[in-house]
Amino acid sequence: MSGYGSPAAGVVAQAAPLARQATVWAGSHQAPLLDAARLALARDLQLAFRKRGQLVQPLAFFAMVTMLFPLAISPELARLREIAPGVLWAGALLASLLALEFLFRDDAYDGTLEQYALSGQSLTWLIFAKTAAHWLLTGLPLALMAPLAALSLGVSDAAVPGIVASVAVGSVALSLIGSIGAALTLGIKRSGALLSLLTLPLSLPVLIFGARATQLAISGGPLLAPLELLAALAVLGVTLAPLAAAAAVRISLE
Amino acid sequence: MPDERLDVESLHLWRGDRHVLRGVCFSLASGECLQVTGPNGSGKTSLLRTVCGLMYPEAGRVLWEGRDVRSDLRTFHCALVYLGHEPPLKADLSARENLRYWIGVRHRVGAAALEDALERVGASPWCERLVRTLSAGQRRRVALAGLALSMVPLWLLDEPTTNLDTEGQQLVGSLIGEQLARGGMVLAAVHHELPATVRDLRRLELAA
Repeated sequence: MSGYGSPAAGVVAQAAPLARQATVWAGSHQAPLLDAARLALARDLQLAFRKRGQLVQPLAFFAMVTMLFPLAISPELARLREIAPGVLWAGALLASLLALEFLFRDDAYDGTLEQYALSGQSLTWLIFAKTAAHWLLTGLPLALMAPLAALSLGVSDAAVPGIVASVAVGSVALSLIGSIGAALTLGIKRSGALLSLLTLPLSLPVLIFGARATQLAISGGPLLAPLELLAALAVLGVTLAPLAAAAAVRISLE
Repeated sequence: MPDERLDVESLHLWRGDRHVLRGVCFSLASGECLQVTGPNGSGKTSLLRTVCGLMYPEAGRVLWEGRDVRSDLRTFHCALVYLGHEPPLKADLSARENLRYWIGVRHRVGAAALEDALERVGASPWCERLVRTLSAGQRRRVALAGLALSMVPLWLLDEPTTNLDTEGQQLVGSLIGEQLARGGMVLAAVHHELPATVRDLRRLELAA
């Protein structure tokens, strides 16, 4: 990187007026990666609060789905308690899927992804920041809403911490898996159906371990093992998904 | 002294069964501006996107400071700014917020520099408004403010004067002039000639 970044670049050549001046190009003060990622995260959060409808939609969907079951099956608490883990997790999975469509779509339309790819920063990190924002906006609220849904399904208070933990950890994995699907379907119009076809099979392990953890939380059993498996999936997602999603975004820009 | 230099060696690009770029060659040295012209569909945008590394050419190379940019895209991207025909702005953020995020991801932006850039493009009176309420020309001006803020040697501009009034087009001319004066280089794809204020203009004509 000759030219910019060299200490001599700050000295302005006075010799030739209007001819070239030694310029300090921005390369010498490139934003640190963490600052860039933080800005990408902040941008998505700020945008989400400007468009609250998009934010509320998956949460309302989750609340509706979980409320339908007592109405449709029976108000009998023992039976509801039995199906609660499945209902909670199927609802959470579908709600997070609903939110996925918005993860990259707007950014692809308005050229933000293009600018990210050309920013000289690691696209993987910026995508990771976007996915983190997505989790904060959908996964975390879902985890916080899960106890309400669980209580309406007749689950006792004692199970609440376990349920929150399992949904919180599981939704991290869901957001990350989803980011790959969302990035892969970027170039496709009306990609909703394809997105679910791609993402749902990959999300099945999360559903299985999540529902198991919830079930154990409700019955008062030891839920550490499924929680750890969920955490392992989340960690695997953190390490691999942003790489894959960034590669898919690059392809979609071509 | 900056010795930035861009060399493009016989680029060939196919899109499907269309041979879009047929052996495009040029080089650009410090302080030079190259204006790429050609009818619609002649591959002006494809050329810019290939040069900046968004598209992969089937043959040919892009060299930055003598090195193939493919070997170190990150360094190359730190040295360029690309402005597509749509300004890369978020409709739900204000002009100022947009600039802070867009340019801030690349490099640190001081508050004073931000205000200067907004002032420069005449955006100060409406920089608090959401971009969705701005006209196409105003959006273009915000994009120009981003250009003025990004101190990088290479500008790749796709139709920089679209939607701008006469004064706005003069602004593009003077921004380009300043970029060249400080030793930068500009590659611009245009339909309408760049303002006459840009001196030392070179031309590259793409055939349809």
